[in-house]
Amino acid sequence: MDERLCADTWTESSSPANELPKKVPPDHQPFTNFNLQQYQQKWEEDPSIQDYAMSIEPQFPEFNLPCETPSSVACNPSNQTKNEPLDASRIQDWDPRAMLNNLSFLEQKIHQLQDLVHLIVGRRTQVAARSDELVAQQQQLITADLTSIIVQLISTAGSLLPSLTQTLSSNGTPFISQLGQLSGVVFPSGPNLNGSVFPQNSKVSDQSNHVDLTGNCKTEQNCIEDELKDEDDADEGEHLSPGSYEILQLEKEEILAPHTHFCIICGKGFKRDANLRMHMRGHGDEYKTPAALAKPNKETNSEPMLIKRYSCPFAGCKRNKDHKKFQPLKTILCVKNHYKRTHCDKSYTCSRCNTKKFSVIADLKTHEKHCGRDKWLCSCGTTFSRKDKLFGHIALFQGHTPAIPLEEAKGSAAGSSDRGENSEETNKVELNLGTNFSCGSGDQNGNDAKGGVDDPPSFFSPLTFDTCNLGGFHEFPRPLFDDSETSFSFLMSGSCSYPRKTREESCSDKT
Amino acid sequence: MKQQKYSNESGFNHFDLLSEEIILSILDCLNENPFDKKMFSPVCKSFYAIESRHRKSLKPLRSEHLTNILSRYPNVTHLDLSLCPRITDASLSLISRSKMLRSIDLSRSKFFTHVGLSNLVTNCSSLVEIDLSNATELRDSAAAAIAEAKNLEKLWLGRCKSITDIGIGCIAVGCRKLRLISLKWCLGVGDLGVGLLAVKCKEIRSLDLSYVPITTKCLPSILNLEHLEDLVLEGCLCIDDDSLAVLKQGCKSLETLDMSNCLNVSHVGLSSLTTDNGHLRQLIFAYGSPITLAFAESLQKLSTLQSIKLDGCLVTCPGLKAIGNWCISLREISLSKCLGVTDDGLSSLVTKHKDLRKLDITCCRKITHVSIAHITNSCTCLMSLRMESCSLVPKEAFVLIGQRCHFLEELDLTDNEIDDEGLKSISRCSKLSSLKLGICLNITDEGLTHIGMCCSKLAELDLYRSAGIADPSILSIAHGCPDLEMINIAYCKDITDSSFISLSKCSKLNTLESRGCPLVTSLGLAAIAVGCKQLNKLDIKKCYNINDTGMIPLAHFSQNLRQINLSFTSVTDVGLLSLASISCLQNMTVLHLKGLTAQGLVAALLACGGLTKVKLQASFKSLLPQPLFEHLEARGCAFQWSEKIFQVRYVWKCGKKKKGKES
Repeated sequence: MDERLCADTWTESSSPANELPKKVPPDHQPFTNFNLQQYQQKWEEDPSIQDYAMSIEPQFPEFNLPCETPSSVACNPSNQTKNEPLDASRIQDWDPRAMLNNLSFLEQKIHQLQDLVHLIVGRRTQVAARSDELVAQQQQLITADLTSIIVQLISTAGSLLPSLTQTLSSNGTPFISQLGQLSGVVFPSGPNLNGSVFPQNSKVSDQSNHVDLTGNCKTEQNCIEDELKDEDDADEGEHLSPGSYEILQLEKEEILAPHTHFCIICGKGFKRDANLRMHMRGHGDEYKTPAALAKPNKETNSEPMLIKRYSCPFAGCKRNKDHKKFQPLKTILCVKNHYKRTHCDKSYTCSRCNTKKFSVIADLKTHEKHCGRDKWLCSCGTTFSRKDKLFGHIALFQGHTPAIPLEEAKGSAAGSSDRGENSEETNKVELNLGTNFSCGSGDQNGNDAKGGVDDPPSFFSPLTFDTCNLGGFHEFPRPLFDDSETSFSFLMSGSCSYPRKTREESCSDKT
Repeated sequence: MKQQKYSNESGFNHFDLLSEEIILSILDCLNENPFDKKMFSPVCKSFYAIESRHRKSLKPLRSEHLTNILSRYPNVTHLDLSLCPRITDASLSLISRSKMLRSIDLSRSKFFTHVGLSNLVTNCSSLVEIDLSNATELRDSAAAAIAEAKNLEKLWLGRCKSITDIGIGCIAVGCRKLRLISLKWCLGVGDLGVGLLAVKCKEIRSLDLSYVPITTKCLPSILNLEHLEDLVLEGCLCIDDDSLAVLKQGCKSLETLDMSNCLNVSHVGLSSLTTDNGHLRQLIFAYGSPITLAFAESLQKLSTLQSIKLDGCLVTCPGLKAIGNWCISLREISLSKCLGVTDDGLSSLVTKHKDLRKLDITCCRKITHVSIAHITNSCTCLMSLRMESCSLVPKEAFVLIGQRCHFLEELDLTDNEIDDEGLKSISRCSKLSSLKLGICLNITDEGLTHIGMCCSKLAELDLYRSAGIADPSILSIAHGCPDLEMINIAYCKDITDSSFISLSKCSKLNTLESRGCPLVTSLGLAAIAVGCKQLNKLDIKKCYNINDTGMIPLAHFSQNLRQINLSFTSVTDVGLLSLASISCLQNMTVLHLKGLTAQGLVAALLACGGLTKVKLQASFKSLLPQPLFEHLEARGCAFQWSEKIFQVRYVWKCGKKKKGKES
């Protein structure tokens, strides 16, 4: 059954690795537990890994090696063994019981999912000639179930990660390194194991009305997305008579979902359908045709559409449709930004000043362009781009003092404590960076040619980073930043520059 | 409490009968001469101990001895380090052990950083006064260190050019009790820092913002200071009438306002800074816009004004007359170097302000006998009259001064036509303590003898280039004026050793300028050295007959000498080197000494440990080793190089001196 399922999905795609799934042993069920965990991780990590692999070409063949090994039986155990030392180190930091609970919960869910798919596949084989309506019904059924499962999975993962981060940050072990580790470990076994889930998943997203809507909106807004950051405030003056527009309200899970477009072949998620189409070109020539690259829903626009306005799902918010003075949001993007800015934690901390926090990553980037130029610093840690603003602030508050710029102060009494903390933090960041990166690349290489994987201490030492991976590090962030809207990309890139972001992202996943 | 102690030698010390209270009250009276206390303490052990406890104020000569001084005087509250050019962080940490310290003067010291300041400020929590003027190297970190002095009330930061708004902001937040702050020449400070200071430090009484690049933006908050009494805005060029017009109200508590050199401010701006019902007592508007009728009328409302200084302004006759018509009676008027002061204007001014105590009409070259007649007629209470270079005033006019102004204490008649008759008349001013008769070519011994006989309170006498003066007048002065502290007999060519010998009776003499007295020899100088123990400033330039034999007694007796000019004398290596035994010698000008070699100079420079400023011929620059300069500069000594050729023409020098005094 499994074999056939895999075959079904993989023959559809002309992937060069399409013979691979056939070699997956039918008894890969025992690994489910492991798979689940990977599934979850993969769900988050995959894009970044993909990016990473593509960006560092020399490593790419090596990296693919495990996948192309004829014996995937050999592949899986090797993965597992490789995982063990890392798991051990992880277990030190996690609460194993909580972990187990969560995993078994996930396992249960996945089983349900699998049963459902089994059922449908069984039906398909039985009824050879079916009406299209029936197919559509089945797909809708799967869609509904899958959506709920995915949402639950994400929230479960989200609930898991913050506690993890807390323990990590408290004992000083860099969290990102764990993620890097996970991603590295997971990926080699990714395609064969997740094949059963992902193609359908992406189909789901394609057919889901909700998500499609988001997608449409996205494509429309693509080019001006950056300018739109403040749009949820900009439409204040708009006065549409109630009822003249259609009010849509997305659930918070949908708003916070990182990706709305998924590759039907590899399962990679994208925020923009245009990016997905670009990505699809890599999967074969049939995706390079003008038709495949064209915007999919141009023709559907011909029918007259009611003006759409959006409502924030947060009860009591002015942007919520139940509010007395309801002010609708114009676009999906406005909804997303509004929701993140207003109702989510400000989880992105500027890596330069370590004080300013943002909930929308674009805001952080805008800030970082100017951060550092904010040389006017108050003893409370607030920075100002203008001196008069700083002095206005100090005049207003009791006990606040202008802080002496670092290069001058050299241990001056005022504000030295603040700076001390800051420098500690940056040290920590660098350490994170180092360890994380060495983990990531070590795993990406898969073959642990440097032997670092077997030797955790040296593996984590920043030295490894310095000596071995510095070269790769520089090439690395650029492609990721190009696709910066894919929110998981930061798991790799973010680990380099924004240490806290990672943790906070996982928090927002939870919500 | 009686001190029952026995001295080692005689068994019983009579001084022990005195109670500590009596000794302390005796010590309280020994303030006049600082050396009295020095002589007091070696009397006996108990005197020594009591003096140690009694002394509150210290002005050490060398920072090397700080450890000893501070351990001997534990109760010192005021420490003046202006004689110690080298104060390092280590010195400051030594000082920080004296917990009683309330006031410290670091205005002439260098080589310390914010670390030392921070140390000082944290340990001496009772510090209320810090003078950090001239600390051009100090940056905002130092200001942040000072900000830790929570009790600070007075702070001088003149010429701290590297301190910016940020540093001032720190001080504003930290030192909330500030009453006085001087930011003169703090070029890094602007509106924001000053504004914040005014917002945070509500106790400020005195604020000096001279030459600080501020605009009108910070003025509203300054004028809101409830207790502000003294505001100096000298040379604030960014303040102008238009921006001042925006200010809604002036400062009511203001007593002194200095708007000198504010070129863009006229009476219009001035009146928006002041209020009708304020307390303004003194207005300084030197080098400002013309003093017109409108100016005088707009300030008429200042009902409490007592003093007005309009130095260097263009003055109109209607303006002066209008000031004369103010209903108030001014105590002090300064029209020094004002153009346009005429007999007409000045007469109508002084006839109305009869209570005038101080009048400065220096370089009012248009005034004549008429003005002096009016001044002396109406202002009989005049205590100070400065009328240098009033060249149209005839000699008869000076007789009037002596006849009518008996309360004169200060009289500056430099470069005037006064003659012996005038001097004889002026000798009636028995309270005269300062008399300047420089470049008065009409006076002779006859007139000055009268001064010497009658003006017994004379402390300061300037006879610069009054060529008619010779030994008899100096003899009379030295005899009749025992309080004489300063005398200038430069270029009085007829002065001989006998003048010096007679001046040696003036034990309070501290400044002797006898440039260009070729008849004076080492003998006269030796007499001065023996008699005038307090001598601290000596100028014997061009006294060609003074040689090493004069230096040796000087080095031996004048242990308080701070400043000496030896140029063009016959002193050689030996004499210069002997001066090294004067421990407090700081300032030395040694130009064109024929007998001076490079080796001798090096030895003398190294031996004089307290030197802070040395002026030398430029030719020595190449002869002396570079490491020597580095060493001396590290000790805090600055070098000044003179490129002048050997003989400078007499006439040119004279003209320069005159010009310098005028401008």
